[in-house]
Amino acid sequence: MKEKPDVLQGTLALMVLKTLDVLGPRHGWGIARRIEQISGDLLAVNQGTLYPLLLKLEHEGSIASQWGASENNRRARFYHLTAAGRKQLQAETREWEQTAAIIARFFEVKAKDLS
Amino acid sequence: MRLLRRFFIRLSNFITGRRADQRLREEMAEHLALQTQENLRAGMSPTEARRQAALKLGAAQAIREQHNAEQGLPIAENLLLDIRYAFRMLHRSPVFSLIAIATIALGVGATTAIYSVIDATLLHPLPYPHPSELVRLEANLPGVGARDIGISIPELRDLQNSGIFQYVSLSFFGTNNLTGSAQPASIASKSVTPAYFAVLGVDAAMGRTFDPHDATPGFNNEVVISDGLWKRAFGADPHILGKTLRLDNDPAHVVGVMPASFRDQGQSSEQRGTDLWAAGGFADDPAPPPMRGTRLPFETIARLQPGLSPEAAQGRLDALVASLKKQYPADYPPQGAWTLHLTPLAETLVGNVRQSLILLFGAVGLVLLISCVNVANLLLARASARGREMAVRQALGAARTRLIRQLLTESLLLFVLGGIAGFAVLFCARKFLLQFVPESLPRLNDISIGWGVLAFAIVVSVAAGTIFGLAPAWLTSRLNLTATLRQEGRGSNGSRRRSRLRHALVIGELALSLVLMVAAGLLLRSFWDLFKVQLGFNPTRVMAIETSLPNPNDPKTDIYGTATQEAVLLREVLRRNRTIPGVEETAVSDQAAIPLGHGQSDRRTVPFLREGQEVQSTQPPLIDALIVSPEYFHVLGMTLVRGRLFVDQDLEATPLVAVINQAAARMYWPGKDGKGEDPVGKRVRLLGLLGRARPEWTTIVCVIADARTESLADPGIPQVYLDIYQHPFKFLAFYLRGQVDPAAISAQVRTQIQAVDPELPIYRAETLDDVLSSSLSVRRFSMEMVAFFAATALLLAALGIYGTISFLVNEQSREIAIRLALGAQRRDILRMVLRQGLTLAAAGAGVGLVGALIVSHLMTGLLYGVSPYDLSTFAGVTAALTAVAIAASYVPALRAMRLDPITTLHAE
Repeated sequence: MKEKPDVLQGTLALMVLKTLDVLGPRHGWGIARRIEQISGDLLAVNQGTLYPLLLKLEHEGSIASQWGASENNRRARFYHLTAAGRKQLQAETREWEQTAAIIARFFEVKAKDLS
Repeated sequence: MRLLRRFFIRLSNFITGRRADQRLREEMAEHLALQTQENLRAGMSPTEARRQAALKLGAAQAIREQHNAEQGLPIAENLLLDIRYAFRMLHRSPVFSLIAIATIALGVGATTAIYSVIDATLLHPLPYPHPSELVRLEANLPGVGARDIGISIPELRDLQNSGIFQYVSLSFFGTNNLTGSAQPASIASKSVTPAYFAVLGVDAAMGRTFDPHDATPGFNNEVVISDGLWKRAFGADPHILGKTLRLDNDPAHVVGVMPASFRDQGQSSEQRGTDLWAAGGFADDPAPPPMRGTRLPFETIARLQPGLSPEAAQGRLDALVASLKKQYPADYPPQGAWTLHLTPLAETLVGNVRQSLILLFGAVGLVLLISCVNVANLLLARASARGREMAVRQALGAARTRLIRQLLTESLLLFVLGGIAGFAVLFCARKFLLQFVPESLPRLNDISIGWGVLAFAIVVSVAAGTIFGLAPAWLTSRLNLTATLRQEGRGSNGSRRRSRLRHALVIGELALSLVLMVAAGLLLRSFWDLFKVQLGFNPTRVMAIETSLPNPNDPKTDIYGTATQEAVLLREVLRRNRTIPGVEETAVSDQAAIPLGHGQSDRRTVPFLREGQEVQSTQPPLIDALIVSPEYFHVLGMTLVRGRLFVDQDLEATPLVAVINQAAARMYWPGKDGKGEDPVGKRVRLLGLLGRARPEWTTIVCVIADARTESLADPGIPQVYLDIYQHPFKFLAFYLRGQVDPAAISAQVRTQIQAVDPELPIYRAETLDDVLSSSLSVRRFSMEMVAFFAATALLLAALGIYGTISFLVNEQSREIAIRLALGAQRRDILRMVLRQGLTLAAAGAGVGLVGALIVSHLMTGLLYGVSPYDLSTFAGVTAALTAVAIAASYVPALRAMRLDPITTLHAE
């Protein structure tokens, strides 16, 4: 079984954090749906991979979870961002923006600019 | 931080076995339900909605596995599985496991045992704070070849004020008679300057030690006693402080008791067992006046300033010496070239056993190596049996790294179990084993089998397991899948590579054992030569019993102050000793004259002048001086060459006489033409003998044949014997020749001596044969140990070659059966198998001989009377090894010869 590339894993984690930051406490399906809406086909299949990732983030202390009632009044696990998670999100956002800016500038460069 | 938190949560989940299966299942069910609802809303049929939801979620099993892995620690889980599996494998082939574990236990146990000795002696020789600051100072006169000439009190003061040292102290080891308790006892004591304990950096457990700045010129009558003496002689009296002891009839106040763990420093076990320390300034009675030229025969130890290296300190010391020479030219004549030499104290204490211990460690290392090789060989042999298992597992999808990890876990488990078993045996047998360690080994009592040693054993086992488990694991997991599965492990590419490695291992084993056997053989030869050496005296049926006379600080209170006073005692004790049943002859001497003895003064070397050759400007030559009664020579069976021995008419008032040995005659009276002149009748002046303020002329009356009374290895040490009735001496040994019971004699002699003076202690009653044999103890110890290791190595190598040949016979059984079926003679088969064994032995011997030559060259210093390239030893050992190899191959060869071709071919 091929592991997902690290970049994608990292991105997914960042998306989860951002989703929880914007929407507040969500259950797994809610997060998956939100990410699907925004990112298109990244999570079109294999929505399940979200769950090991959620556990990992929980182990790292970025998010926490408890049981709650879902829209159709059944037990569901709700995840929310912790203080540490918020801090992590800010840091990673900044980093991501920096990286993105550098990459973007790099792509803008044309051959004639370098000569 | 986040990683750590995640790791600890996973670890705790792993340990508590918590699983989140239920939670995941619920979450996924809910997820599916919500997605299905959404799909229904989008207008799908209920079946289609559920199907699409499930598709979107992905493979549930894979997700669950991933989730599980995140929950716990997969590596640890696998390891646990591997270990459980490894245990099962061990259990399944108990004979293999037992042999392997026992072999490793032997290797690791022996190595650990020697390590524990080395740990105590070489690695931690000084049980004091900041041991690297401690140094020993030696004053030498290299210009005239005189070493360790002692130090004077003004020189001590110069050293103290030099700023190089924190503290400097002198000490003089001796024995004192302690009276007042039930039996007068002779105790090991040190007279020290008050800074002694400050140098060592140890404080008293009760009371205090000496004030390092105490400036009392003579003895300050304060003593510190050891914990052992406190318990032994004073019943651990809690009010001991301030009490007064009588030492050689002098009163002394106890000011402190040292901790039970404190052991004094010193080169001999007697010194390390010092029980009492008395402080003095040595600048007034009973010491001579503190003149710069009056050097006291004391040992000087010092503690360097913190951070000062011994090299830098030596540099500053050299500068000090140069300036002192300029300042006092009369006391330091240029031809003497006075120097002060500084040596780290630790080095001076272990110097003489270092070589033996390193040899032992090397030998035991080889045994460990051989046992590891043997186990690696066993693992390889098993590898071919497990070829099919490996192939099946690989076919089912196990990665090769996974298989190696599994095999490595198995071998590591074997090695660690072996290491623990070896340590356990060592731990249980430590009392028994310590008996074999010679007493003369420094810090014998500090040898302990503790945590440090356990850690060593485990580290060694793990390292050995990794190194020697890796190759078999590599080769076992490397196989041609289809071939192995089809041939059912009947031999494939991998097995040829394996057998090549096995051959190399066996050759290595044989080579290593040859090296060890040569080392053992050479040591045995040296020991035997020393043992069989012509002694020049006859120790059989002679006992020596030691006593000492009190030596009070005030000479006026000394009842044995003159030779005439002492003669009364000696003659009466000798007369009484002759009345003991079975005693034929008796004699008395000073303790230094006990042949090969280990008395408190190991050797007394004094400078002397020859009449007509007294040149004031040069340092006089040195000679060993021994003080004996006239009967000494006859009791010890020494041979007279020329002249007359001492007679009863040689007394204090008559002219002094001396006996010399042939070595002294050869060295100091070589004659003009080199043929030797007769020294009888010549006169000498012996300087520096205790109790003689002004040396008088002594006439040589006799030459006796050389005897190895000082050193077994050195036949020609110049010696001069003086008459005890002319030179009173305090530390005495009485000799009894005859048929006496060694167990009872001590009490009998005590009765006789104490009938004359009830205050005299009796100690160390030994036969001279025992003295002789204990003088060989370190040599015997290392020889016995190396011989034991060599025997072990040979046994292991024999097992190794036996295993390899058996394996070869098994593998070739089909070939042998075909040969037999085609009409080969059984004798040919035998020869064929034996030839394989012999080839291995020859290759092993060839490699081993090269190694043995290197090792024996390094061992030269430990040998006596035998060349390191002794042909007969090398040849004998090679022959023995070959014989063992052939014997070990003979059993499988016989099996091959008796092979029944029909059954063998049917079985295949």
